Amino acid sequence: MALISMTRGNTEAAIEAAALRSDRFRQEREPDWKRLELIVTRMEKGRIGKLSDADLLELPVLYRTVASSLSVARETSLDAATLAYLDSLVQRAWFLVYGPRTTLWSWLRRFFGGEWSRAVRAITPEILVALALMVAGTVVGWMLCAQDPDWFYAFVSPELAGERVPGATREVLREGLFGKANEDGLSVFAASLFSHNSSVSILMYALGFAFGVPTLMLVVQNTTMLGAILWLYNGVGLDYEIAGWLAIHGTTELFALLLAGAAGLHVGRSMAFPGELSVAEAAAAAGQRTATVMAGVVLMLLCAGMLEGLGRQLVDVTATRLAIGGGMLVFWLIYFFLFRHVPQGSED
Amino acid sequence: MASLAPPARNDPARVLVTPEGIAMPVKLASRGSRLGALLLDFMIITFAMIAVIAVLSYIGSGLIPGGIDKIGEKGKDMPAALEFVIILIIAAAFLFRYGYFLAFELGPRGATPGKRLTGIRVAARGGGRLTTEMVLARNLMRDVEILLPLAGLTSLFGDDSLSKWPMLAWILAFSLFPFFNRDRMRAGDLVAGTWVVEAPRIKLEQVLSTGQSVASGTSTYTGASYRFSDEELAVYGEYELQTLERVLRDDRHEAMVAVHEAICRKIGWNPGAGDERAFLEAYYTQLRHRLESGMRMGKRKANKFTS
Repeated sequence: MALISMTRGNTEAAIEAAALRSDRFRQEREPDWKRLELIVTRMEKGRIGKLSDADLLELPVLYRTVASSLSVARETSLDAATLAYLDSLVQRAWFLVYGPRTTLWSWLRRFFGGEWSRAVRAITPEILVALALMVAGTVVGWMLCAQDPDWFYAFVSPELAGERVPGATREVLREGLFGKANEDGLSVFAASLFSHNSSVSILMYALGFAFGVPTLMLVVQNTTMLGAILWLYNGVGLDYEIAGWLAIHGTTELFALLLAGAAGLHVGRSMAFPGELSVAEAAAAAGQRTATVMAGVVLMLLCAGMLEGLGRQLVDVTATRLAIGGGMLVFWLIYFFLFRHVPQGSED
Repeated sequence: MASLAPPARNDPARVLVTPEGIAMPVKLASRGSRLGALLLDFMIITFAMIAVIAVLSYIGSGLIPGGIDKIGEKGKDMPAALEFVIILIIAAAFLFRYGYFLAFELGPRGATPGKRLTGIRVAARGGGRLTTEMVLARNLMRDVEILLPLAGLTSLFGDDSLSKWPMLAWILAFSLFPFFNRDRMRAGDLVAGTWVVEAPRIKLEQVLSTGQSVASGTSTYTGASYRFSDEELAVYGEYELQTLERVLRDDRHEAMVAVHEAICRKIGWNPGAGDERAFLEAYYTQLRHRLESGMRMGKRKANKFTS
């Protein structure tokens, strides 16, 4: 009986002291919360310019203050609305404090300054596999056509082939390779080539998700076509000319497709054989590694598109075409495999 | 940082532990809100695309010598400016297809406009830093997951050949992928190491215990003073307290009357009428005080069934 009246007395005393203890806790800290909310809201809107340096410096400090408010509130307060508010505020601030730290500019600097080549080197085994497949596809395409010219139509779609079909004369085939410099719309051609090739390479990469099988098929399919075309021009003795016609952009374009295929295979292989990691962890690690490669592939295809759409049309001499194509190949090889600079401040 | 114990199959709640050691609860976004976000984004892209093409075509048609009728005549007269406009259209199409999701998800809110409207965002799985590479990877996969199946779906109509079955299997495999893993990841999330979580933006509500009637337990209306004994407060727990809080914040009269009556019946008071809010505020404050005091002593009462 005495006990009950005592607790009752305490209750009354607390009520007379106005607000609840947990609400006083809240009122004391509310200015900090509001301030963090203001900074977070501005940053989320991308208006960092409107924040003073002091505000930016204060973000991590305020974040920790509010985070500790949250953990105290969880232990002492039953005000659901305040708890929900703090949960949401801490989460929002956390995403900013631990969000992507890079600006586009610094990301690009790291990307070109070594991240890209490092990512390419990391998938060297798959690059070799994809290269072997591409060579095999080309050889198969050629051999099948040599055996039976009807195969040509199986590998090269009619729209793409146009006049370039088995039985076409040397003159017709040669005409397709030269003398396009005065045509209009070359840059439009280059842009559409880039757009198309990028979609194909992204598709090739993404299909790696199905354990790499569709990627393998796409690599082979694309190179049998190459083999068939080489066979066609070889038949009329235009090996040298077709080599130049293909090489000027092909060293870059095929290299890019090689990397896209290898990246797809890497994802597929990591998921099929995750080793010590779980499948999800292995997939994520492979995906992040190869995403860098793919950003580079798109840039390479931009180069290739310009070389094909503009360079090849404007440069009508096979020797020069070969020199440009060879030069590009050497450049890529040096950049990927000899340039071993590790940029500072990597995200991981 | 790692997530704690593996959650149950359909439970969207995940707990991340921040470097400060605070357990941060996140909730996985529902598949419905993600689909909604995707549709919204497609609508935005489509409208933006139409607008860009309309503007550029308008500029372009003015650049054709002799007007739009000559557009079929390919050849020597395409002016450089027109060429440039066509390139801009191709570039815009490319950027909308690949750049839209990328640019927005790399931003400070980690969400496209569609995701913002549905209140969700992209986050690194397990709670690490969301990196540029993750966002790249998850959006590179979008092509095979969404655009390819969409293109395939349209080709399915009127196709009676056997070849439609693999395509259908493909479409289903990707569109149902989020239903076959606990974390509701689509294929792109799996490869990128990301997931999509709810990103609530909650405003700070008023303090409930500062009102006059709350502080003194005295109604400003009727002057009646509400004091509850320990036994009268002991019948309810935290769950009921927070239900009561919601009722008070919603401030709907019928709800308050109903709750007022229920509480009075439970504690054996005679429910009056006309002063429900003051009664409930007083009861809320005193119940919360009691439960919070218990909390500080390490005693918690989850609901009315726990003693």
